Amino acid sequence: MTAAATTPDAVIVRTPAEIKRSRYLGITYLFLAVVVLWFFARWSVDLGNFTFKLARPTDPSAPDLTLSAGRVTLIVGVILAAMGGVQLARGFGKMNNLVLAIGLFLFIFAFLGWATAQSSIGAFSMVGMMKTTIVRSVPITLGALAGVMSERVAVINIAIEGQLLGGAFVAVVVASPLTGGEDPTLILGSPIGGWIGVGAAVFAGMLLAWVLAVLSIRYVVDQIIVGVVITIFVTGMTSFLALRWLADNPELNKGPIFKSIGIPLLSDIPFLGPVLFDHNIFVFGSFILVAFLTFLLFRTRWGLRARAVGEHPKAADTLGVNVYRTRYLNVIIGGAVAGFGGAFFTLGSVGRFDENMTNGRGFIGLAAMIFGRWHPVGAMAAGLVFGFADAMSQTLGILQTGIPSEFLGMVPFIATILVVAGLVGKARPPAADGQPYIKQ
Amino acid sequence: MTEPQLPPETPAEDNESAEPESRWTAFMNDLTGVNVDWRSALLVPVLAIIAALAVSVVIIVVSDIELWREFSLSALGDAIGQAGSAMWALFTGSFGSLAAVSSTLAFSAPLILAGLSVAIGFKAGLFNIGAEGQMLMGGMAAVALGITIDIPVFLNVPLAVIGAMIGGGIWGGIAGLLRARTGAHEVITTIMLNSIAGLAVIWMLSTDFFQPEGRQDPVSEDIAVSARLPRLLGFLDRNDLRVHFGIVVALLAAYAIYWVLFKSTIGFEFRAVGFNPDAAHYAGMKVTWLYVSVMGLAGGLAGIAGMTQINGLLYRASPGFAAGIGFDAISLALLGRSHPAGVVAAGFLFGALRAGGLDMQVATDVPIDLIGVIQALVVVFIAAPALIRAIFRVKTGEEIGQLTTGWGT
Repeated sequence: MTAAATTPDAVIVRTPAEIKRSRYLGITYLFLAVVVLWFFARWSVDLGNFTFKLARPTDPSAPDLTLSAGRVTLIVGVILAAMGGVQLARGFGKMNNLVLAIGLFLFIFAFLGWATAQSSIGAFSMVGMMKTTIVRSVPITLGALAGVMSERVAVINIAIEGQLLGGAFVAVVVASPLTGGEDPTLILGSPIGGWIGVGAAVFAGMLLAWVLAVLSIRYVVDQIIVGVVITIFVTGMTSFLALRWLADNPELNKGPIFKSIGIPLLSDIPFLGPVLFDHNIFVFGSFILVAFLTFLLFRTRWGLRARAVGEHPKAADTLGVNVYRTRYLNVIIGGAVAGFGGAFFTLGSVGRFDENMTNGRGFIGLAAMIFGRWHPVGAMAAGLVFGFADAMSQTLGILQTGIPSEFLGMVPFIATILVVAGLVGKARPPAADGQPYIKQ
Repeated sequence: MTEPQLPPETPAEDNESAEPESRWTAFMNDLTGVNVDWRSALLVPVLAIIAALAVSVVIIVVSDIELWREFSLSALGDAIGQAGSAMWALFTGSFGSLAAVSSTLAFSAPLILAGLSVAIGFKAGLFNIGAEGQMLMGGMAAVALGITIDIPVFLNVPLAVIGAMIGGGIWGGIAGLLRARTGAHEVITTIMLNSIAGLAVIWMLSTDFFQPEGRQDPVSEDIAVSARLPRLLGFLDRNDLRVHFGIVVALLAAYAIYWVLFKSTIGFEFRAVGFNPDAAHYAGMKVTWLYVSVMGLAGGLAGIAGMTQINGLLYRASPGFAAGIGFDAISLALLGRSHPAGVVAAGFLFGALRAGGLDMQVATDVPIDLIGVIQALVVVFIAAPALIRAIFRVKTGEEIGQLTTGWGT
């Protein structure tokens, strides 16, 4: 390795695992190229053009993107084939993941182009899909952030699903009676009762995180089991209370829905404006939290100490860091983030609670945390990937590709499996992850 | 990783207990022929169940909405009364009559099988959260056989068992293979496979193969009568005695798993991998193959559980036919300390909760979802005996310790 590092034109030394992965990637590109050329390009020749709409009627105007389906699929197929060839011949070295991202992007672009051209509509709203991507990514990103906070101090948090569900329930149950049909004081365009509901959801998330912390730190119970049991408990409890309270009292299940806020000037940018800068507080909140937690973990002394606790608690303890207090604090901060994400399901989107409405989003968040390599920014990027998978399956449903909607619904789950199976290479968790610390 | 602790002791190996044998223990040992320290084996589970039921009473009282609207002593009395009758209904609905016992046993069959599925995973250090999806796949395999093949019952039922085992086994084996070959953690992959299986079932039930002619809703044709698991109390000719042959299958499976785990070489290897995968590897065991076969076996057991739902109870598939049993199985395996005998006992208890829960919901309007809460609480108390010690001020045995492994391995 040192020889390769010092001599500029030396052949890059690759480990057997890298060579194997490179081979898999190369075969994948060739396979995708065959799919694009054989299925899409062949059929697309007589399909004519497809149109991606970059603005909806109410958005700042932007031109439509109209391309010939035949040409696009042909070009993409050829590029993918070339990428496969290069990958097999010598690999892309450090650019591997970037190239993989480009390859997948091209494939999806060609796929969507083909799907649009073959549908009777012939056009679909790219703005809508991108906006949906962002919105759908929010609970996954927030769940992943909760995981990052807790696992950076070496406490495995599988209770994210339970924290999201608990937050969703508490938010609507607190906010509904407070707003009850009236038009009360507004803060940032939303009723004050809604804000109190969000606060209650955050508190509920913290409470559940505290239970996780006590059981796994003080009582040294297996952390994965604690997490699963908390999720089972919250699922049972919210369903129980939903039947006991909400079924006969619909007024308790009618929360305010937070309105979108357009950021002045920025939301007037064509395409990007509506996609990025015209959302409700949950979306902006997740952007802000990603930035804030990144700063907290990687730019402050406190963050350094927290990470030390996650990597080598004994060393941290020796240097005077209070391991237990750090763990409690981080896990509970994570719970607050997850509780906020839970409120999104009710107050941020539909305004009412349904049994088990998080539908595994917390577990996908867990995968997003691994995909994002235990880093807040990575967590958001991973969240966006899952959000895109969600949004695309929705779009394809509208375009009527003939693919059964159940298969489209599987896309995010299959993507999760591919991600944890190491499609993007192995990531290293914090060294002490999952291990209880017992002070000598 | 820290050194993983030995998985919970098995009664068969637990005969060198330090405490002097009490008269009761001696009696139980004579009675059962198994040499176990019964006090420590049963104390924590029993106290955990009592504590969980007590907490659930509090939950029923506190969640009474009338109390929140306007507090009065009579409302409080009503709430306590409701909680009391809920507990009573829970009991009578599970043990109060022949029909109740039969219903308890009918619910126990898939619970025991799915519990064995999770338990065998724990023994090998794998956390199988995927029993629900494996049940769905096994059940669908049984449906596919049941609607196409009509041969005498003594052939058709074993065929359904084998088909379900293969269906569920493949679904579980995928998770094992992913763990062994790529390191993808089984907790995440099995949960995702659950969701995928749920969607796959909905899709399958919309195909011409499964759907009866003229139906649009996701439901399958009825399976052949010869594929139905015979009702054990059928000779009494009563409609409400639902206990079927599935409970026999479940008990046989429990004994088979006991034999595999503690008497066979491969069972030794399963436990060795669970104890320390690295050591097992250095001892020459094929860890990849073991992970695949453990998850395949676990999936097969859950698959049979799905089959008992179809062939014993419903006789046709609809999307929710696994009914959350695969998730109850997690709590159940923990309560049974991952030992086949414990799983059977816990399976009867959870079956009783499900049977009694139905009566409770009908009789007192307390939603059946409460039993999920009770189960979760039981596990919390089991997993943290320190809580039990604090509440009841008794001495208890060891903590459960680490059963699973984190992402890093």
